[in-house]
Amino acid sequence: MFGRDEKVSSIRLTAVQYIILIIFMILAYGLWRLQVMQSDFYAQLAEKNRIRNVPILAPRGKILDRQGRVIVDNYPSFSALLLRDSTRDLSADADAIAQGLHLEPKEVRDRIRKFTSMPQYQPIFLKDDITPDELAFIESHKNELPELDTIMAHRRLYPRNGFMAHLVGYVGEVTETMLNQPQFEFYNPGDVVGVSGVEKQYNQILMGQNGSRRALVDSRGKEMGRLDETPAVPGKQLKLTVDIDLQIAAEEAMAGKNGAMIAMEPRTGEILAMVSRPTFDPNDFAVRVSRDEWNKLVNDPDKPLLNKAIQAQLAPGSTFKILMSVAGWQENIAQTLNVHCTGGATFYGRRFGCWVKSGHGAVDLPKAIYQSCDVFFYTLAEKLGIDRIAKYATALGLGQKTGIDLPNEASGVMPSEEWKIRNFKQKWFAGETISVGIGQGAVATTPVQLMRAISAISTDGRLVVPHVVNPTELPPGVVDVQRYTEVKSVPIDSTGYTLITDAMARVLLPEGTAPSAHIPGIDIAGKTGSAQIVSLAMRAKHENNEDFAQNGWFVGFTPRRNPEIIVCVLFEGGEHGRLAARLATQVIKAYVDKQNRQPTKMAKDGAKVDVGALWTAPDEDGKANNGIGAGHFVVEASKKKPPLAAAAPGLQ
Amino acid sequence: MSRYVSYRDFDWLLIIFVLMICAIGVFEIQSATVHTKFAGAHIKQLYWIVGGLIGMFLVSLLNYQALLEQVHWMYIGAIASLMSVMIFGQKYLGARRWIKMPGGQHFQPSEWVKLILILAVAKYFADMHHRDLSWSDFIKAGAIVGIPMLMVLAQPDLGTALTYMPIALMGLFLGGVRLKQALIVLLIAGSVMPLAWHKLKPYQKDRLISFMEPEADKQGSGYQVIQSKIAVGSGGIWGGTGTQTHLSYLPVPQTDFIFAAFSEEHGFVGALGVLLLYFIVLMRLTQNAQTAPDRAGTFVVMGVVAVLSFHILVNVGMVVGFMPVTGIPLPLMSYGGSSVLFMFLALGMVMNVRMRRFVN
Repeated sequence: MFGRDEKVSSIRLTAVQYIILIIFMILAYGLWRLQVMQSDFYAQLAEKNRIRNVPILAPRGKILDRQGRVIVDNYPSFSALLLRDSTRDLSADADAIAQGLHLEPKEVRDRIRKFTSMPQYQPIFLKDDITPDELAFIESHKNELPELDTIMAHRRLYPRNGFMAHLVGYVGEVTETMLNQPQFEFYNPGDVVGVSGVEKQYNQILMGQNGSRRALVDSRGKEMGRLDETPAVPGKQLKLTVDIDLQIAAEEAMAGKNGAMIAMEPRTGEILAMVSRPTFDPNDFAVRVSRDEWNKLVNDPDKPLLNKAIQAQLAPGSTFKILMSVAGWQENIAQTLNVHCTGGATFYGRRFGCWVKSGHGAVDLPKAIYQSCDVFFYTLAEKLGIDRIAKYATALGLGQKTGIDLPNEASGVMPSEEWKIRNFKQKWFAGETISVGIGQGAVATTPVQLMRAISAISTDGRLVVPHVVNPTELPPGVVDVQRYTEVKSVPIDSTGYTLITDAMARVLLPEGTAPSAHIPGIDIAGKTGSAQIVSLAMRAKHENNEDFAQNGWFVGFTPRRNPEIIVCVLFEGGEHGRLAARLATQVIKAYVDKQNRQPTKMAKDGAKVDVGALWTAPDEDGKANNGIGAGHFVVEASKKKPPLAAAAPGLQ
Repeated sequence: MSRYVSYRDFDWLLIIFVLMICAIGVFEIQSATVHTKFAGAHIKQLYWIVGGLIGMFLVSLLNYQALLEQVHWMYIGAIASLMSVMIFGQKYLGARRWIKMPGGQHFQPSEWVKLILILAVAKYFADMHHRDLSWSDFIKAGAIVGIPMLMVLAQPDLGTALTYMPIALMGLFLGGVRLKQALIVLLIAGSVMPLAWHKLKPYQKDRLISFMEPEADKQGSGYQVIQSKIAVGSGGIWGGTGTQTHLSYLPVPQTDFIFAAFSEEHGFVGALGVLLLYFIVLMRLTQNAQTAPDRAGTFVVMGVVAVLSFHILVNVGMVVGFMPVTGIPLPLMSYGGSSVLFMFLALGMVMNVRMRRFVN
């Protein structure tokens, strides 16, 4: 028996001593590992801790119009922060802070609480985009509320009310999915990049390169010293081909309506204005947009986020008749085609009606154009057949993207026999060609596509590539200049060209379909279209439901040959093409007025000037002054000779 | 009796080493807090050390054997104080550990309880009359420590509760636990682990997880471990400039991570030196245990050794990344009154035993 005075087993005591020794050796080993073996590694990490790369944000390039006027700029935006290194009881100050920053005190306290587990050097972001008075509040309370601080970032400032919203686009933070794509490999999380429109297409130019400043910081992020600095490279500014004056006219014309309007320079493809309606305000996206607001925009049936000018694929209606006319002429059918319109005709056992129920009477090609006779074009379509129609329409750019320098362009649909087999595994029925003849049926175009096709016709076969930025003004290597300056030639017989454009000029005269759009003193040629969304029978059944209202189209240009501007309007639910025509001519008028205000351009001495002109030319039978000739020729400007009316070819 | 007790028998050697460690601690606290809101903490630490020394002398005056006679009352008192914490305690940082005293001071019973536990365990094993432990002895010993441990666990304070364990372990080991018993208990403990895991609070789970994989949560629980290793590692062999501590990357450098702060500034050489000091202290304590006049004395001193070793193991282990973050302070060096006072009182008990080693 052991009593009180028996000692504890000395073996066990010694064992404890050895155990302690082993423990200490393990600890010493731990120290050895960190301080001797991996010392360099940790020294490096220590450096990384205390040396911070503070980015110097590069401002994004401005976006200007063709005359250098600013459309999109940056503005300095301040965010309010709460620093957490001080001994102050942040919760107690929450009321004062909330009042000064126009927040709810509970909101402020919640944020403070949420951040307690984060390292102290991370400040709490209270509010972005603070107003000047909130900024003043922070500055003036530096003593009472030293934990408040501000940080400045550049934010994009877009025109208000969605002006040019679709063309310009907007920016956002680069997303994770984007970062995984190869073209974004040099971008970092947190970078602001263009998300749509020009901002996205030319992001590389607009986005500068952030610099960085290596600073010595403590764990609160307070800078204790500066090491070195790489300056930021600001983004370059981008000059668009758009003319703000015309854009304003277009936006005003389309106010309160849904659809799209584009204006272009037919000789070069430079876009002068582009509008899509309904629109959205990209300034809402520059600061954070709420999920509700975003969902509202995405789910809106009128599709405000869609740039309808390049993305809406709809039946072009009677505007397609111009392409039909070219096809018919080039195939030597339209020249001699004469149709008697009684308000409808029967093809393949079905009756196809004309929009004038009583009929147009005797119709030849010119009258078919300016009176928009459906029966004529049904007949022409039947004679041509879908593949020949497709051949010319495709040559004029339908069914393909125009290649405009904006993202997400739609390609439209130009049906053909091959198309039908490839997509539907069915044969094309001849009956389907009839409705294609008047721009209904399977054919679908985007406004820019349609405009480009008619622009080619109006310039005697110059098929241009529409663009919003002049590629020659960009730094070399950014884009393939050829791609945008290349002009394809579509052969159009010159007599046909004259006849068709003359007929289009009569559309805005009393005998045409859009006389109300006529502007005195301006020679506008164009074509109206009223495209059905659903069949007429269904419309009647639904008592002309607003949703089923027809789309009004119009494409017009001035002057009728060698035009300087072409405008295309899609007036959704506008019913009649002539209403669309009235919108387009507003823009044309704005253009002409502006041109008239410009001082006359004087050619440099000795320069060779390319002059376009109209002149009266004798008819084939020699009778003078009945025909109009048009074209362009070269004149040498010379100071020595007084300015003289240039001698047009054929004139003495 | 007191005639035979002389201050020559005071373990001056032990005190010298202890004070050396304390001094290093004070300097390190000063260095770590100089630019922070805790500046001046080293002065407070000095006050506590002085207070502790006084307490140590006072305790050494008592006769520990008489103390042990009264241990039952003290034990009841300890349980009562823990109970009052559960009922009246102030909740702070999610745990109910303190009682507010009149006068505004906070009283943390769990530290006092540790002292009493050492005595209780010592008495229990001292009174045992057989060499090997029977199961009932085992369980009774477990209960003596286990009940207060569970009460502390309920506060909840896992860290402090765990520090009671070494007292039990040491007692059992020296009291004659058999290998078979130990293995069985380990097995049971091992199978209970998964249940215990579920009972852990999320932040406790986080701490364990980030212990295994600090990189997984760099900003949260893993942060402290990573920063500690960076601080220690960057100290190299001879020490560095202490940037991590001074730039506040090292969290709580004056308390839990004081050893990391020290290692950063004084390198491997310095850190090893401090470890050596602790080792000397522990060996000296053990020697006092071996020369104790009776079983009880030995148990008392070894109880102190157990607690001290446990603290060092867990704290330094945490600093170098071998242990999860637990909030257990480094005795004598970490800033904190409770810890300093406890240590000195415990050392007082040791002195007590030592001084009576020639007394019968």
